[in-house]
Amino acid sequence: MEGIPKNRIMDEDGIRRAISRISHEIVEKNKGTKDLLLIGIRTRGVPLAERIQKRIAEFEKVTLPLGLLDITLYRDDLSTIDVQPVLHETRVPFSIEGKTVILVDDVLFTGRTARAALDALIDLGRPQKIQLAVLIDRGHRELPIRADYVGKNVPTSRREIVSVCLQETDGRDEVLLLEKKS
Amino acid sequence: MQWRHKDLLDLDTLTAEEIRHIIKTAQPMKEILSRPMKKLPTLRGKNVVLLFYESSTRTRTSFETAAKILGADTTNFSVAVSSVNKGESLLDTAKTLQAMNVDLVIVRHSSSGAAEFLANVLEAGVINGGDGQHAHPTQALLDFYTLQEKLGGFEGKKIVIVGDILHSRVARSNVLGLKKLGADVTLVGPPTLLPDEMKYLGVKLSYDLDKELPGADAVMALRLQLERQQSGLFPSIREYSKLYGLSLERLKKTGKKTIVMHPGPMNRGVEIMSDLADSVQSVIEEQVTNGVAVRMALIYLLIGGGTGNVVD
Repeated sequence: MEGIPKNRIMDEDGIRRAISRISHEIVEKNKGTKDLLLIGIRTRGVPLAERIQKRIAEFEKVTLPLGLLDITLYRDDLSTIDVQPVLHETRVPFSIEGKTVILVDDVLFTGRTARAALDALIDLGRPQKIQLAVLIDRGHRELPIRADYVGKNVPTSRREIVSVCLQETDGRDEVLLLEKKS
Repeated sequence: MQWRHKDLLDLDTLTAEEIRHIIKTAQPMKEILSRPMKKLPTLRGKNVVLLFYESSTRTRTSFETAAKILGADTTNFSVAVSSVNKGESLLDTAKTLQAMNVDLVIVRHSSSGAAEFLANVLEAGVINGGDGQHAHPTQALLDFYTLQEKLGGFEGKKIVIVGDILHSRVARSNVLGLKKLGADVTLVGPPTLLPDEMKYLGVKLSYDLDKELPGADAVMALRLQLERQQSGLFPSIREYSKLYGLSLERLKKTGKKTIVMHPGPMNRGVEIMSDLADSVQSVIEEQVTNGVAVRMALIYLLIGGGTGNVVD
């Protein structure tokens, strides 16, 4: 994603604290860890889900099952985009039937990724509940979708790009606000 | 890596990287095949035509299953019930398909080059499902997928392909791709069924199966194409079987845990014995499953969007 850096929205500590809070909120809202599953949306939802899994394991002594979801085949813009997305594996090696699924992604923007993830998930089974956890909610929704757990709300303009960098995928932890090159 | 082709006619136009990209794309497709609910919305509204001028069970059903799982509609255009019986030419059939705005045509034809002809006249993508004695790229690709899964790679692996090389489009496509991927390929068959021209691809030719088996990582038996045999190519099926038929006993000569492949349909007791075909070393059934995954990958790559990069 090309752009001119404008602002640092979150640093390493900020991300760590946000993950920690979200982890506590998940357990609090669901009154424990019973029937909870974590599913990270590729690419950056996966390391975030792993961090939540680790954090919950630290204070609840329970390791939640973790799956990975690739939503490429469920996108609604495949026939119009210029560059074909590369397909990756979906790995959910457990039943989601009747469970509470926490979907994890890095940024909530138009809501189209979350919509695709919901469809992808429901094709795998019928969960009791699906909740959405995101590190950044930047607004501009195009669908009636909202997050249950938000690391940080960031008001943005459509000309801006929110770039989430994580140690596991980018070698460092930070969230940047970029201005699109015109 | 970005997909650049409108059609898949043979493997000679693909780079090693593109072949690996197909194999990589087929991996997530295989996961979908293991789901209880095998249906995706990806290619909703796309129409895939299966144009089969030659009989086929597994290739046609494999393509049809692949297209349907991806959400496309399929139209079967089988020769027995089509206008071809009334004398319609391939060109006119192509024009008819074009007028129906189909997105992808899978074609099998007894004439080599039929798929390329269609690709040149159609705006829709074309996948060669086997043309004459020329090429059968999707079979080769599913073989590569299976080899990748079982052997973990191609570099320096010894692959022995044994049987009726002369009539085999499967062997030709396999050799083309396997050489690109860096495998060490040996073709084995009786002199009358093993054309010397195959050497040009840099593969080893041999008439003696037992001599070539030691060290083989995979052995691929080809179907003896009884319907294509002219008389006199070999003395008898019994002798052919004795010299080139694969059995559990014979496979021990590899001295390894060799995998055995066959593109199907098998002539049991001719090129492959039942004890081997049904053994744990046989990956023949898995080849069929992998075939659906690989075809899903190809259909996705060809008509799953991203038209900005298509150059041919």
